[in-house]
Amino acid sequence: MKPLALSILFFFCLIGSPETLAATVRITPGQSIQEAVDRASAGDTLTISEGTYKQFGIIIRKPLTIIGENYPVIDADFKGNILIVATTNLTIQGLKLINTGRSNMDDSAAIKFFDSKNCVIRDNILENTYFGLHFSNSSQLTIINNKINASALKEFEVGNGIHLWKCKNSYIGNNQVFGHRDGIYLEFVTNTQAKGNLVERNMRYGLHFMFSHDNSYIRNTFRKNGAGVAVMYTKNVVMRENRFEENWGSSAYGILLKDISDSEVVGNVFLKNTVGIYMEGSSRIEFKNNTFRENGWALKLMASCDQNTFQANNFTQNTFDISTNGSTVLNTLTENYWDKYEGYDLDKNYVGDIGYRPVNLYSVIVEKIPAAVILWRSFMVTLLDRMEKIIPTLTPDEMIDESPKMRPYDFG
Amino acid sequence: MLKLLKYALYDILKSRFAMIYTVFMILVAVSIYQVSDDLSKVSLSLMNIMIMIVPLISAVFATTHFYNNLEFIELMLAQPVKRSHVFLSQLLAVILMLSLSILIGFGLPMLLWGADSSLVTLLGVGVILSAVFAGFAFLASVLTRDKAKAIGISLGLWIYFSLVYDGFVLYLIYSFADYPLEKVTLGLVMLNPVDLGRILMLMQLDISALMGYTGAFFQQFFNSSMGILVAGGTLFIWVLWPNLLAMRVFKKRDF
Repeated sequence: MKPLALSILFFFCLIGSPETLAATVRITPGQSIQEAVDRASAGDTLTISEGTYKQFGIIIRKPLTIIGENYPVIDADFKGNILIVATTNLTIQGLKLINTGRSNMDDSAAIKFFDSKNCVIRDNILENTYFGLHFSNSSQLTIINNKINASALKEFEVGNGIHLWKCKNSYIGNNQVFGHRDGIYLEFVTNTQAKGNLVERNMRYGLHFMFSHDNSYIRNTFRKNGAGVAVMYTKNVVMRENRFEENWGSSAYGILLKDISDSEVVGNVFLKNTVGIYMEGSSRIEFKNNTFRENGWALKLMASCDQNTFQANNFTQNTFDISTNGSTVLNTLTENYWDKYEGYDLDKNYVGDIGYRPVNLYSVIVEKIPAAVILWRSFMVTLLDRMEKIIPTLTPDEMIDESPKMRPYDFG
Repeated sequence: MLKLLKYALYDILKSRFAMIYTVFMILVAVSIYQVSDDLSKVSLSLMNIMIMIVPLISAVFATTHFYNNLEFIELMLAQPVKRSHVFLSQLLAVILMLSLSILIGFGLPMLLWGADSSLVTLLGVGVILSAVFAGFAFLASVLTRDKAKAIGISLGLWIYFSLVYDGFVLYLIYSFADYPLEKVTLGLVMLNPVDLGRILMLMQLDISALMGYTGAFFQQFFNSSMGILVAGGTLFIWVLWPNLLAMRVFKKRDF
């Protein structure tokens, strides 16, 4: 009797504490992931074996760890979402998710999160998805090392790579996003950091955010996106050491700042953009230690901006340094290096003795009549510019850097 | 013909001018290379020289050369050689000498300190502009009998193409700013070899700015094979017509 009683006791102990003993469930090709998820209890680990799974619309409502072995492929065959999540403490790792539906009605996505918390999405590969990772009303998300690649030809044929709506306290790091509409899209997202992402060749914007306060963007690269980066209606933004490269087009910008305030843009590189920075309605932004190189216009500073400071930046080989649309100047330029500066430095303190006016007459003319760009660098235009430099008439008199550096800064 | 060209070339290369011009070009290029810290700045400065100075020197030198050699030309015409050969030998000698000076003067420093595609384009533009303005100078020379007048005409053409014409185009663009002007300006640019040369350089130096609204149109045009063909063809026509016209006049002229 005794051994039996013991074993019964032991059995009760087992079922009495299911939470503490998380099981590992293996899923092999041919099995339904949805059924495995439904059968699993909270805290279980689902291991998905290598292979192809033609499944979609998998709903997950409990905390699980889902790990793919050698990137199992989950192919939705162009029908709907692949994973739909509303839970806490979920980890999704090592999956290859391909071919989501193409619907604007339900915003088909590879993984879609609602009302979730504490989730980790890492090391996944997404191919040919409409939306890549889509989060709404969630927090404490960790989105790292995902490769997201779409190959649409038109902007309306594809959604955003990483899409966050009404989220907070999240981290988006080391992801690669190619070929989507917007690479990273944030709306009403706060206290979030994006770091080390590579966002390239997206149809519209590399990074696009609105009403997303207190976020920081560090060491990201935004390259060859349709219209560069556009950010709006936000305060307390920190942008450090990002690279904005080769955004070419009639309305492409390294970065477009619209109604951004109390922010800092430090140590970034703007290389070969049609317009490095375009800003309007923005206030109290500090631009420091940035490099503007080989842009068409390094800076288009609209007269609606005020109290911005441009300090210690390098401006080299830009066709035009700054252009503006009015005569009022409410911003400060100081201690920048301008390669077009032609002044002298008698006291040898490496600061030019006369100020530098970065607004070029011809940039004002080109702003009004774009066709006039064809005469740029002709003798005629050079003469006009010289005259304007001596006696400013059309260009704003106060747009001046009183302490231009003689040597470029070395930002390494 | 070849013999004539040979003697004309010997004559011109022995002259002090060829030496001075080449040394001047070398000095300019070397000093620009020394002062500027990167290549695109170098090509910018060299471009200004190329577009302003090269046509000027070509025009003035070709005119004076024609008049200095007038006696030799008259002597040759008395010999049983074709008039066109006499003319062509003189013209080609001048063009060759001017091109050589540019190629050596700018080319040597480029070989020494490196060059990019824009600098190579620049050499081509220089050679073409020399040929065009030598043609204008010869045309001016055969049209008048007075050296001073011929130099005056050459200088006038230089000022017209380098300065006045652009002013006129700018005025036109300004006056008709409300109309789509892309194609019109493109057409107008074709009518000026200096502008054409400048724009070929612009395509390389200011590519980012040109990717903007209207620039993209020009960029598309000049980068398409069609555009390159049209621009190249137009430049070729610019080299040919003053020279051929000058030859025609020369053939019929009574010395």
